[in-house]
Amino acid sequence: MFKYILKRIVVGFVTLFILATVTFFLMKIIPGSPFAGENTKLPASVQEKLMAKYNLDKPILEQYVIYMKDAFQGDFGISTYRTGREVNDIIANGMPVTARLGFVAFVIAMVTGITLGTVAAFTKHKWVDNFVIALATLGVSVPGFLLALLLMIVFGVWLHLFPIVGLSSWRHYVLPAISLALSPIAMIARLTRSSMMEVMRQDYMVLARSKGSSQMKVILKHGLKNAMIPVVTYAGPLIATLMTGSFVIESLFSIPGIGAEYVTSISNRDYTMIMGLTIFFGAFIIIANIITDIINAVIDPRIKLGS
Amino acid sequence: MEEKELVLSDDMFQPLDSSEKNNEFIAIESKTYLQDAWRRFKKNKLALAGLVFLVLITIAAIVIPMVSPYTYDGQDLANRNALPSLTHLMGTDRLGRDILVRVMYGARISLTIGFVAAFLNLIIGVVYGGISGFVGGKVDMIMMRIVDCIYAIPSTLYVILIMMIFGSNMYSVLLGISISSWVGMARQVRSQIQTLKQQEFSMAAFVIGASKKRILFKHLIINCMGPIIVSATLMVPNAIFTESFLSFIGIGISAPQASWGTLASEARGLVQSYPIQIVWPVAAICLTMLSLNFIGDGVGEALDPKKK
Repeated sequence: MFKYILKRIVVGFVTLFILATVTFFLMKIIPGSPFAGENTKLPASVQEKLMAKYNLDKPILEQYVIYMKDAFQGDFGISTYRTGREVNDIIANGMPVTARLGFVAFVIAMVTGITLGTVAAFTKHKWVDNFVIALATLGVSVPGFLLALLLMIVFGVWLHLFPIVGLSSWRHYVLPAISLALSPIAMIARLTRSSMMEVMRQDYMVLARSKGSSQMKVILKHGLKNAMIPVVTYAGPLIATLMTGSFVIESLFSIPGIGAEYVTSISNRDYTMIMGLTIFFGAFIIIANIITDIINAVIDPRIKLGS
Repeated sequence: MEEKELVLSDDMFQPLDSSEKNNEFIAIESKTYLQDAWRRFKKNKLALAGLVFLVLITIAAIVIPMVSPYTYDGQDLANRNALPSLTHLMGTDRLGRDILVRVMYGARISLTIGFVAAFLNLIIGVVYGGISGFVGGKVDMIMMRIVDCIYAIPSTLYVILIMMIFGSNMYSVLLGISISSWVGMARQVRSQIQTLKQQEFSMAAFVIGASKKRILFKHLIINCMGPIIVSATLMVPNAIFTESFLSFIGIGISAPQASWGTLASEARGLVQSYPIQIVWPVAAICLTMLSLNFIGDGVGEALDPKKK
């Protein structure tokens, strides 16, 4: 177990290192200096000074060593577009916003998805099952950003029920969180339903019933607990989905999180920001995946880590 | 009891007519694997409807831009934001461009990206995963560590990085998606090959002297084709989604070229005054994704009858 976790962490580090290297050199391939664009008409002397400040006048390998050294110490440098702002500051400001929204969406997705899946697996009415399946299919087919747009128009513009800009009160969370949670809800409902049906066929379920446990207790204590294993496995990818989803949802709802910052930095060709945020996202997802695997091994004794 | 006398006559020993020969033989017509799968696929009405829609929109995407008098970037500033009419079936956008042609042009881009990405994903994933699972040992370990590295990062990040360098066009979207998405397929193929290579038929093939290449491609991969095809089918909507997602936030395919994501993003600004304009690209995306998902489910059930 310990050896396995150690191995995962090492692989995670290597991955991150490769990602940082690849990102760094990709950014260097892009022709032109970040300060000589059409929008910024800076005098040549200022440009030279800026180049020196960002170490861009040094040979590329030296730049690489400096960047990696700083990045390893958690310093991603200064934004090349909004000169003077540190990438770390932007992450520190944006991350709590993104995390709060992501957390709300995560809870909504888990609770709704598991409930729907369980109901579909146990219902005696065929139409309930069909309804959940239809909802799940719709959920994977309708991209989250289109749902966000629809919700904005219907609930924000026409009905004025919920605000559509910013994230300052709980009512601001409703629309973006639902838009983010839609496709995860569909995935989780599908997963829960099929894994529940699988669990129902197991002998221990028959045993639990024959002991005389109530239907509710059988479902919750024996069924749900065992059916949750594939769902927990999905939590890792779910965090990745929520993160990439936040790019568009935050931009649409003008939420000042790092997803929106990432999209802005791409349109602005803000190289240090793109590098810093890419590495940050990568690290975040790698950690989330490792934690998911460990939790999975803890709740399911049948999984032998590392074998 | 009186015993009936048995009379043997000549006509009891006539040769049987050839049409009666197999009278007692009962069997259904033997079908190949694919015929059988197609029969099961046809029973799934939703999947069939999805297939019909996909064929129709593919034909429309090819034909309509060819026969239409308008081009995807031809502007008609006197006729901006026109509502649907006989001259412009879906109306025109804020620069007077015909929306029908633009949506169909977008279909060309989106469908090409979806299918080419799924195809590349299939080829790379199967060959890579197949070799890794079949050879095993150190080679497998190194190959899988590489996969782990790529797999750890969401593919959207790769696509964005690739697009930064090669510009916002169809090819960089394709390249980005292909670079990152085959790893899931490779993992799946590898684990299947690992199980299959220990089964008797693979041993039998080895004993009669089949080459390794032959065992891998003719025996092992053929046997795990079902789940592979299902994953590849579901890859198509994924690729289309990634493309429209990126175009929608403005870092995908850029104007005047039009993918569905670009169209939806352009129409977004006019949603209060001309809501009809956003309906077309959104409907196109949703219906296509829905069809492809139905087809994916249908193919899954058709190739693996145990499922469901």
